[in-house]
Amino acid sequence: MDMNVPPKVASWMQVAPMAFVFVTMTLVPLGIILVVSFLDYDFAQVFPELYLGSWTDALFSQLTMDLYLTVFRFLAITWTITFLLGFWLAYFLVFHVRSNGIRIALLAAAAILFWTPGPIRMVSWVPLLGKEGLVNDTLVALGLIDAPLDWLLYSQFAVVLAYINLLTLAMLGPITHSMAKIPRSLIQAAQDQGASEWQIVRDVIFPLCKPGIAIGTIFICTAVLGDFFIVKIMSGGQTNTPANAIATELAAFQYPPAAAKSVMLLVVVVIMVSIMLRFVDIRKELRR
Amino acid sequence: MTDTDKKTTRAKAGISRRAVLKSGAAAAAASAFPAPMLWAQNIKDITIVHVGQSYSTIPNIAEQANKDLDFKVEMQTAPDLTTQVNRMLSQPKSLDVTDVGNTSLKYYVGRGFLQPMHVNEYKYWDKTVPLFTTGTYPSGEAYSMQGYAPIKAQYYTGPDAKEYSPTPTEWLVGMPLYYNADTLGIRPDLIGRPIESWAELLNPEFAGKVALQDGTGVGVPDAAMALEAMGDLTYVDKGNMTKAEIDATIDKLIEYKRAGHFRSFWTNFDQSVQLMASGEVVLQSMWSPAVTEVRTRGIECKYNGMKEGYRGWYIMMMPMAHLDGLKRECAIEYMNWYNSGWAGAFISRQGFYNSVPENVVPHMTENEYGYWYEGKPATEDILNPFGKVMEKAGVVRDGGSLWDRMGNIGIWNTLMDEDRYLVRRWQDFLAA
Repeated sequence: MDMNVPPKVASWMQVAPMAFVFVTMTLVPLGIILVVSFLDYDFAQVFPELYLGSWTDALFSQLTMDLYLTVFRFLAITWTITFLLGFWLAYFLVFHVRSNGIRIALLAAAAILFWTPGPIRMVSWVPLLGKEGLVNDTLVALGLIDAPLDWLLYSQFAVVLAYINLLTLAMLGPITHSMAKIPRSLIQAAQDQGASEWQIVRDVIFPLCKPGIAIGTIFICTAVLGDFFIVKIMSGGQTNTPANAIATELAAFQYPPAAAKSVMLLVVVVIMVSIMLRFVDIRKELRR
Repeated sequence: MTDTDKKTTRAKAGISRRAVLKSGAAAAAASAFPAPMLWAQNIKDITIVHVGQSYSTIPNIAEQANKDLDFKVEMQTAPDLTTQVNRMLSQPKSLDVTDVGNTSLKYYVGRGFLQPMHVNEYKYWDKTVPLFTTGTYPSGEAYSMQGYAPIKAQYYTGPDAKEYSPTPTEWLVGMPLYYNADTLGIRPDLIGRPIESWAELLNPEFAGKVALQDGTGVGVPDAAMALEAMGDLTYVDKGNMTKAEIDATIDKLIEYKRAGHFRSFWTNFDQSVQLMASGEVVLQSMWSPAVTEVRTRGIECKYNGMKEGYRGWYIMMMPMAHLDGLKRECAIEYMNWYNSGWAGAFISRQGFYNSVPENVVPHMTENEYGYWYEGKPATEDILNPFGKVMEKAGVVRDGGSLWDRMGNIGIWNTLMDEDRYLVRRWQDFLAA
């Protein structure tokens, strides 16, 4: 049966289920969080009275500066290293590995990390980086240091190390995907013109990978900005980031400050992702 | 036919009894009525859900409870305190009985989540240690009021459960369950000399080898004990600081943190065990079962008291407000069972004390009771609750007997009035 439905109505009907889910599951809770951030509070209770203290503290205090500085520092270092690792590994995989089978096997190998559950991965850092751990023992045995290094674990170094460990694959994947789409004829044409390998990478491959890099960057940004678990475990509870601050306040049942900080963090992440999306046309990427 | 008649008769008897009880706990009080007999027929379909944390909702205890009692007992473990409080506040009807530490009580009082227990419903109130009944040590001397001392939140002013009464009444906030005196965990093999004061926590000799429990409920009181012991700061009530005291404490802690004094802050039991067992720290705030666990791994770990006193804490069990009728009777029966000895003995083997030591005696060997409660040397190996050897014969419990330890409390675990300000300043400390 052919229904003669005007195109506009048809579009609304198609979008309706998703819109319903989005409004009720995302927008409404966000709205509630926004309202709660303006309320007064006591031990695990919120009062319907206007209280702007949570927002003035979230926007103007030195603490907020420190929190965001810390997390952006983590983000910058993590992004740089995962980008370098991701890009060069992807380049090797796509352009230097001949057999498709080996390429897939190597990609799967990169994901071995995720075959173990999260908590075990967290716990296993201690015997590796601890004062009596593998790394320190080796360095002392080789005579390179006199006393064990204590900044390997329970420090900001350890946090960044865990991020790199976890997130390199998030960069490697999208970049590999982008690189694999580059037609070989382009590379051959460049070679025919006399370009060196480095010139090919710089002028042909890198610009064409921008979508993949942008997608990878979005993953890294959201993962780092939203994480509090890794920071807490790897820094021994001694580093504070915006997400950690929210977690601490929730654990103390102080909802309005947590709500204010959450909204702020959300705005920051949305801005960053919007900037990234200027570099990648998602529709084109997904069309493949 | 005959069966149905019998059932109906019994059911009728049950209903009338229920009606009598429903007419108010006042009736029970007036008649000093012991807990009514529960007919197996009525109650075998009832399930009592007990939500607690890993030290109280142990499967072995649930198994024994289901054996001894005619109704079903289901235990659910909340992975941490935050989850437990959230569950109680947002889904109070999904659980029947809970056990909480004193420090969480401020979240519940006067808000209708919990109901009181009448003194007469609890069979063992007279045998309970005076820490809870009168607020004193057995000698009659009042104990430290620093922090959230038990007597501050043991009695309600009336059955409406709105306000606490600092003097004994008939309405209990909860049934005292476990308590203990916590102190610093020590690695004597890595330190080499006795540790006797909280001040050692901040001793530069141990810089980079010290850990505290994360958070304002325990980490801050421990730090306050250390700071006061060092003479750096003085407090009126370490467990309930003023804004000025909080600022002073946090500023001092930031100094120590910047100097790299703290190795780590742990959030759960396993982390504390790992820190100690791996030798990452030599001194840290610790729970008794964690010390037991480290020892079970064959590593030396001491848990003796400091001269400034121990940090005391206690846990109470209470029924949720929505219970009534037969279910309430079953819940009360379950709570009474929990303190009747078997469960108490099981948990005593982790180092906690049960609030009714007399009931625990028949369930422990003379050697065990002597070691855990009386501070006597062990005549044979001491096993942990799961059967593994944790102490060889001849050893004396760190700190001695029950009253050597519980008789010297320097501060109780706490939730301060200025908690909001403290959490905010704790954020500054973490970001430093």
